[in-house]
Amino acid sequence: MMKDQWIMGIETSCDETAVAIIKNGREIAANVVASQIESHKRFGGVVPEIASRHHVEQITLVLEEALEKAGITYSDLSAIAVTEGPGLVGALLIGVNAAKAVAFAHDIPLVGVHHIAGHIYANRLVEEMEFPLLSLVVSGGHTELVYMEEHGHFEVIGETRDDAAGEAYDKVARTLNLPYPGGPHIDRLAHEGNPSIQLPRAWLEEGSYDFSFSGLKSAVINAVHNAEQRGEKIVPEDLAASFQESVIDVLVTKTERAVEEYQVKQLLLAGGVAANKGLRAALEKKFGNKADIELIIPPLSLCTDNAAMIAAAGSVLFEKGQFASLDLNANPGLDITIHNDK
Amino acid sequence: MKVLSIDTSNYPLGVALLDGDQVIGEYITNVKKNHSVRVMPAIDILMKDCGVKPAELDKIVVAKGPGSYTGVRIGVTIAKTLAWTLNKPLVGVSSLEVYAASAGRYFNGVISPLFDARRGQIYTGLYQYKEGQLVSLIKDQLLLAKDWAAKLAEQQEKILFIGNDLLLHKDVFAEFLKEQAVYASAAEHNPRPAELALLGRQREPEDVHSFVPNYIRIAEAEANWIKANQEKKL
Ligand SMILES: [Zn+2]
Repeated sequence: MMKDQWIMGIETSCDETAVAIIKNGREIAANVVASQIESHKRFGGVVPEIASRHHVEQITLVLEEALEKAGITYSDLSAIAVTEGPGLVGALLIGVNAAKAVAFAHDIPLVGVHHIAGHIYANRLVEEMEFPLLSLVVSGGHTELVYMEEHGHFEVIGETRDDAAGEAYDKVARTLNLPYPGGPHIDRLAHEGNPSIQLPRAWLEEGSYDFSFSGLKSAVINAVHNAEQRGEKIVPEDLAASFQESVIDVLVTKTERAVEEYQVKQLLLAGGVAANKGLRAALEKKFGNKADIELIIPPLSLCTDNAAMIAAAGSVLFEKGQFASLDLNANPGLDITIHNDK
Repeated sequence: MKVLSIDTSNYPLGVALLDGDQVIGEYITNVKKNHSVRVMPAIDILMKDCGVKPAELDKIVVAKGPGSYTGVRIGVTIAKTLAWTLNKPLVGVSSLEVYAASAGRYFNGVISPLFDARRGQIYTGLYQYKEGQLVSLIKDQLLLAKDWAAKLAEQQEKILFIGNDLLLHKDVFAEFLKEQAVYASAAEHNPRPAELALLGRQREPEDVHSFVPNYIRIAEAEANWIKANQEKKL
């Protein structure tokens, strides 16, 4: 009988201190997330120094809770997987050094994971991957289309040239005086409004899979200012609906074109913005009933930052023998292709 | 008793191993290089060279600050994670106290370890050896070097200044304190991790989960927020 593979994942790239343990690459045995969101709310965003301080306060508590929940010991662990980047460097450092300490103390292999690879692999905790596949990654810091031919091999075919979609959501939310984080509020308002305001869509050059949201963001800010100058009141619900429609239109149209060109078997949604109901609904409408492609959307708890996804990505890197050594560093600008086979 | 000590609170990176009363290994560098990359390999090589396995450790001692926020956090994260995962006691020692212990043992007077905190400020405190024990006379703090020099002028005894950043502030001390000021040599400016291990060895362990660095300063965003809220209340 094959020995079970147990991977511990550690994720501290932003404002969640998270540790998870998964079995055989796909089964969640523990998934603990300590969120700092309440602490950062008062500042209207994540303050890096405060995030780092919270991670130090939480890290061993979260490690302990995950091990207890999984009911295993160190001798069962096959590897420790940790987010090495991208993210806030001071925050990443806590996870990386905690992971190295555990790996060293118990002589367990260490695996460095790209945060976005983690988001993509959250899908494998729901459905087994079938290649080739395409993943639409939408989060506070990322908007990318990632093509995968096999496990652990990532090819970015399109990415944002300026703001990430999540960033645009946060900025628009601030313009509408909505509390942080703004994404869910825009999503909620959008469902109550009509997309009656004309807003641009950045298609970029013909054939490009890249994205751009800064023009849209400026158009929203201008619409609000112009209305104010005319003494009119803009209906926030309508503005949110118009903004969300523009974002989703571009995301879904470019995704659809990539799905056709690359002839993929699966389309995976990944990243925190995958929690957006409008985006989920639009993707389900477009791809939900197609026979030749399977659409996978992870549950909300696996879309936002967590460590189960890091362990899931770490599992395939471990199988490929891509180990890190004790000089592993936090790398805030890490490239996802670093995991590709050499 | 085997003790591992870790100090990454400033540019010097220090790791030491005690076995009973013997210092069996010590590693020190003083370069502007990334602690995150170097400290675990340093621990690994020192322990391998000394033939000590992680599970054989009896205590972990760490310099808990003040110092570079990121530097202190790296050392504290590694120390508390090792202590938790190996189920060993953890002790934190002031980073300044380690400097004081590293040069002042046979000095007849008081000791002011320091490091630079930019804009004319220093982190410092006042220490003295009394009957072989290092005691704190004035608690660790952050202040302008000239304010500290003026405060020290009230002292009756000679004052030993220690730290690699001393050169940045030596003129101020010389001006206020003249002959009263004594300066450690370059060989003594790096905090000795062996002294850190000795200081921590006898102390009561701390709660591992709640153990955090001593930053001295609260984060700027937090300070601004508190100030804004107080103004709102007025
Ligand atoms: Zn994320």
